[in-house]
Amino acid sequence: MRAPGAMLETEPGGVVVLNTWDTVLWGVLPYVMVVVLVGGLVWRYRYDQFGWTTRSSQLYESRLLRIASPLFHFGLLAVIAGHFFGLVIPMAWTAAVGMSQEFYHFNALLVGGIAGVGTLGGIALLIYRRRTTGPVFMATTRNDKTMYVVLTAAIVFGLWTTLASVFEGEHGHNYRETVAPWFRSLFIFQPDIAAMAAAPFSFHLHTLVGMALFVIWPFTRLVHAFTAPLHYLFRPYIVYRSRDRETKGRGWSAVGTPDRDTRNR
Amino acid sequence: MRVMAQMGMVMNLDKCIGCHTCSVTCKQAWTNRAGTEYVWFNNVETRPGQGYPRRYEDQDRWYGGWTLNRRGKLALKAGGRVKKLFGIFASPVQPELKDYYEPWTYDYKTLVDAPLGDDFPVARPKSLITGEDTKITWSANWDDNLGGAQDHGHLDPIVEKVRRESEDKIKFAYEQTFMFYLPRICEHCLNPSCMASCPSGAIYKRVEDGIVLVDQDRCRGWRQCVTGCPYKKIYFNHKTGKAEKCTFCYPRVEVGLPTVCSETCVGRLRYLGLFLYDADAVTAAASVTDPQDLYDAQMDVLLDPHDPRVQADARAQGIPEDWLDAARRSPVYALAKVYKVALPLHPEYRTMPMVWYVPPLSPVVDLLRDQGHDGEDAGTLFGAIDALRIPVEYLAELFTAGDTERVTAVLRKLAAMRSFMRGISMGGAPDEAIPESVGMDGQSMYDMYRLMAIAKYSERYVIPTAHLEQAHDLEELGCSLDFDGGPGMQDSAPFGEASGRPVPVAVDTFNALRDRQSSDTLAEGTSLRGRVNLLNWDGRGAPPGLFPDRHTGETDSPDRGPAPDTLAGAEDKS
Ligand code: HEM
Ligand code: SF4
Ligand code: SF4
Repeated sequence: MRAPGAMLETEPGGVVVLNTWDTVLWGVLPYVMVVVLVGGLVWRYRYDQFGWTTRSSQLYESRLLRIASPLFHFGLLAVIAGHFFGLVIPMAWTAAVGMSQEFYHFNALLVGGIAGVGTLGGIALLIYRRRTTGPVFMATTRNDKTMYVVLTAAIVFGLWTTLASVFEGEHGHNYRETVAPWFRSLFIFQPDIAAMAAAPFSFHLHTLVGMALFVIWPFTRLVHAFTAPLHYLFRPYIVYRSRDRETKGRGWSAVGTPDRDTRNR
Repeated sequence: MRVMAQMGMVMNLDKCIGCHTCSVTCKQAWTNRAGTEYVWFNNVETRPGQGYPRRYEDQDRWYGGWTLNRRGKLALKAGGRVKKLFGIFASPVQPELKDYYEPWTYDYKTLVDAPLGDDFPVARPKSLITGEDTKITWSANWDDNLGGAQDHGHLDPIVEKVRRESEDKIKFAYEQTFMFYLPRICEHCLNPSCMASCPSGAIYKRVEDGIVLVDQDRCRGWRQCVTGCPYKKIYFNHKTGKAEKCTFCYPRVEVGLPTVCSETCVGRLRYLGLFLYDADAVTAAASVTDPQDLYDAQMDVLLDPHDPRVQADARAQGIPEDWLDAARRSPVYALAKVYKVALPLHPEYRTMPMVWYVPPLSPVVDLLRDQGHDGEDAGTLFGAIDALRIPVEYLAELFTAGDTERVTAVLRKLAAMRSFMRGISMGGAPDEAIPESVGMDGQSMYDMYRLMAIAKYSERYVIPTAHLEQAHDLEELGCSLDFDGGPGMQDSAPFGEASGRPVPVAVDTFNALRDRQSSDTLAEGTSLRGRVNLLNWDGRGAPPGLFPDRHTGETDSPDRGPAPDTLAGAEDKS
């Protein structure tokens, strides 16, 4: 085991030869992905408000959905949180608060593993339901199918990287020394391509599929995630709107206003 | 006090013949689209009966509406904001298609295409959801006219309740002894729980007229409103993934026309008009402890349009003068608050519903007549109302949270009116004792009779038009259901034919329709100022402007319809 805090640019012993592919995949593609994601979302939000919905299928079937959907979504939220910890928070910080690498790793594998398996189980059940429930299958568009393929691939490959590190144990790859620095370097527009190139294939695959997911995101039903209704916690229950000015301005008032509001009058 | 205006409806249940015309015309107008096959913004239920969706009144199962929490404050029965967000990934209580019914059509094609043979071809029922052959087992009015009541009449949640609470009183198969129809639309509540349940805040109440609408652009399909509405009058469009509801036909109401269900009602039992209410008092009124006090609380929220103070306040709030005038002439205010014969449906849901019902006297009258009594004698009727506990208790569960006295008082008024007017039409002198026995005088009873029995079109519908200075582009500015693929428009994609700002044609259409309805001549769509609008073309002649004039100077030829300027006067009549 390496001493905590010993930041390595590359995998020990690995000889990294950067080629054009590496530059394209880890230096250019991420930015293209962000442009498509952000541009796509803005475009869709402006021109397709009406199509921006979960397209819930609960009306057709709810017995399976009631297990599968929360399992998938809660699992996924945990996975997203895990990505945040793994990618955004540098190893030096966790070390600084006295968290040993073993402890971190154990936790990440345990929580990440459980969340990942839950998510995978959830999505498997969702897909099973989609295929076997007549009306749900009929309501499944080609767009949905593509989305499911990419989404499932991203989850499966992600889980593979996690499980691989479980089985490889101490000799496993520490992504916090390769993928994570690369990820953070993207934000300062100085992509650490060498670090990413040094990561094993499974990580490359997961990252690529993940980027594919983000690229198609704005054009699928997944956009619903970007309008998660957290403002529900703050708006008044009763919404008055004037027939006249209704589409402009806000339909509700800021935090702390009384329950009934007719300021838009 | 903050005075606001609310469009309301009253239905006089004694007159409903259960013909479903209202449901059908409403469906043709609004939910005749893919995704809303199972949706009836207006439905007519036979009571006793399970209703649509099945047993929607069983709030122990569906958790619709409001309840009081431990601190006595108003809370959503299905849970607060945090709980709702945690349950958002799969709604914990939401009716499925099978609780409504699986819509179907018939395979009519085989009737035409079947090869010659010995057997008659049959048009099999096909599910509109899967397209497969289906078995029809339920529908929006399966238990029409008590059909199958012997088997599942007991499944009516109200029957269950009345049975439970008066075990020894009901020993006979009383489902067969009375029956009436209950037409239902969205209640356009003052305290709507659908709106409170919507995580996106997409459901709103219009400031001007209180109509509750779903903003189709802001709805994200979280489907919590379906659970929230205790009347189950929010429907999920399974094609668009958005919630939809009764619109109170706002494009018609804005130009002064009654809703489609009212306009086409065969029994002419629907009344439309304004209420003025105190918006600041609603929450407190909906929070009174005893559910049986909710009716009185709701009454107190409604303001007297004749009261100068109310008028002054309304003016200060910007309510226009013609709206105040309409509020004073409002038939719904008269029936609900002056004569006190119209009652709200299920006040115990605490949503302050604004569609009111005059409870039916017919169950009592019919029973009397069947037993050979005089169904128009005041004494007999009063006695029967007191004796026939079951229908009265049933009505009380529907309209007064179980308070039988209130329902009895209304039924006695209706009975008194019946025998008072019988006396007059038989040529006798008005018997003032009858109105007095229900706390009215002869004149007001006669006025009530005029409103309820004669019920002229202009008295049933007192609808002030929307103000152009308020809403310069009217509904077509981009309101509610006028969106691509929604009921206001069909078959147009982004950047398709409906892109850009639509030309307001609805006003022209409705004015022209009204011209035709209220004039004796064959008025044609002439107010279109040079445009062609086939929406109001009735097939007679060719609509002016559709074809270029063949011979200029001969525009008066009869089969082409009068020239626009010869009919310019027709518009002034309206
Ligand atoms: C935290 C914000 C999110 C919320 C509130 C949310 C909510 C929902 C809801 C209400 C549904 C409809 C379920 C139904 O009734 O059929 C749904 C479906 C779905 N969501 Fe989310 N979601 C969120 C985030 C995400 C994310 C981040 C993803 C994936 C990357 C995702 C993927 C899906 C998928 C694939 C479905 C379709 C399930 C199916 O019917 O097969 N969601 N979501
Ligand atoms: S009846 Fe209409 S306004 Fe009232 S809660 Fe239901 S949908 Fe909302
Ligand atoms: S059209 Fe009128 S009479 Fe016929 S069912 Fe509807 S409300 Fe009743």
